[in-house]
Amino acid sequence: MSLIEVVSLSHSYGAREVLKGLNLSIGRGEVFALIGPTGSGKTTLLRLIDLLEVPSSGEIYFDGKCIPKSGKQRLEIRRRMSFIHQKPQVFNLSVYDNVACGLRWRGERKNRVAEKVDHILEMVGLEGYNNRDARTLSGGEAQRVALARALILEPELLLLDEPTANLDPVSTAKIEQLISYIAGQHDTTTIMATHDMSQGQQIAGRIGVLLEGRLVQTGSAHDIFRSPKNEEVANFVGMENIIEGVIVANNEGVATVNIGGSAIEAVSSYPVGKEVYAGIRPEDITLALSRTQSSARNSFQAKVTQVASFGPLSRVEVNCGFRLVALVTKMSAEELNLQNGREVYASFKATGVYIIERKSS
Amino acid sequence: MTELWQGLTKAIELIITLDPEVMQIAARSLTFAAISCSIATLIFLPLGSVIHFNRFYGKRVLINIIQTFYSVPTVAVGLFVFVFISRAGPFGNLGLLFTPAAIVIGQALLVAPIITGLTISALGGVDRAVTETAISLGANRSQTTVLIIREARFAILAALIMGFGRAISEVGLSLMVGGNIRGFTRTITTAISLETSKGDLELSIALGIILLFLALIINIALNRLQQR
Repeated sequence: MSLIEVVSLSHSYGAREVLKGLNLSIGRGEVFALIGPTGSGKTTLLRLIDLLEVPSSGEIYFDGKCIPKSGKQRLEIRRRMSFIHQKPQVFNLSVYDNVACGLRWRGERKNRVAEKVDHILEMVGLEGYNNRDARTLSGGEAQRVALARALILEPELLLLDEPTANLDPVSTAKIEQLISYIAGQHDTTTIMATHDMSQGQQIAGRIGVLLEGRLVQTGSAHDIFRSPKNEEVANFVGMENIIEGVIVANNEGVATVNIGGSAIEAVSSYPVGKEVYAGIRPEDITLALSRTQSSARNSFQAKVTQVASFGPLSRVEVNCGFRLVALVTKMSAEELNLQNGREVYASFKATGVYIIERKSS
Repeated sequence: MTELWQGLTKAIELIITLDPEVMQIAARSLTFAAISCSIATLIFLPLGSVIHFNRFYGKRVLINIIQTFYSVPTVAVGLFVFVFISRAGPFGNLGLLFTPAAIVIGQALLVAPIITGLTISALGGVDRAVTETAISLGANRSQTTVLIIREARFAILAALIMGFGRAISEVGLSLMVGGNIRGFTRTITTAISLETSKGDLELSIALGIILLFLALIINIALNRLQQR
């Protein structure tokens, strides 16, 4: 049974409609990532679920019960969840008092509180910080206090709003580890908003893509990253090569797509004449100096137009009649001596091409 | 010039030897200000909180009026209290005129706008995110209120110290409703006023130094708090 169910939920701030008719159901114990660019409505959705705001229209069900728009029941339901905000807001109190406040507000006994606080601080790696003034903590430490403060309540539903957005890589890794641990060990239903796709992929079982207030696609990370539903999702999930074309032949599920004169083979069931986008992930394209004998059905002669390095990877732009972006390791970029004007062959498999329907506008 | 110099040396002597008259007057001033500020805090800190935490029509205007009264002339408050407690006034039969109680009531009224207004500012200075975090963590309305007041505690304490500073340094009100009765309602400021007009500069200067010293302590305390 689902713990949270959202039914045709819409929300506006003044004239600006932030959420538009959302439907979503999240099962007990599920870890769900809400991905979308800044301003897509992720925070608003989490705030509505946490009952910090009342939706303009639509319903939210928690544990099968419809949440009322006002009244005491809202506090009772809210006390079954925890919300971690993007910017950790620690209270101007000691670390101990920060972490203990939620339990105290629920009327927990004093010695029980002390026990739990010690335990949770150890879990987030802040043992011995009890008496520290919380305002003097670093960003990463403050976020761990916020996490401890939320987790000590043993919530049934944990809401996380870009929990690592303001943190350095080391702190980010620590927080991610903790979230995975909690979700795994305690079977806590978790909804995490993030604009970092890899984070969503790493932590969540299911992902929802929120674009301009609409939940455009939900599914496993594999579904979304491999077969985005439309151009917007494809763009957002980092499918850098999205090329317009028309299906000119379809032979038992292997379609030939005409792209400005070049033909690409792709796995698709769309009929001939269909206007589509061909999406190719940059990491699925291999570059070589000669046409290789391999299972790759698509191979094009190309000219390198730009090389940029990203840490251990190089992003190579080539022109083969159409523009393609490939990601190769830095080492192979050096071996191939990739530089502007260099002639290469760009190859990719038919299964590496994702055909997305093009809606005629 | 020699008169001033003599007055200064004599004044320091009075302070160092803990002259009973000087000490008594200083202690009385401190007591009046402390009691009046405590009473004002008990009434007007909650009132400021109520104004901050509630939305109502005319809130902005009310706050503006409160802020205007920060600098109400002490003699105006003195006159107001006088009218109420003089023999012919509505509370005349309580016999409060020219008693310490009259000074305390007057000073409490004098600092009321400061404590109310600065409490509102202090609470308004607490980040909205603090409130939301508390609500998220399951605080009910009164628990949220207590947390926000705790968050603003240093700013509120600063407001109280400001009030105390205003109470201990005022003269017009104490003179009008206290009557400057020796050993009863004579405070540092009323004593300075009287002794100076009598030509007894030593005592005036000694009390002036004590008052300045108190002001210094208050300022140091305020600065410390503002750094928190």
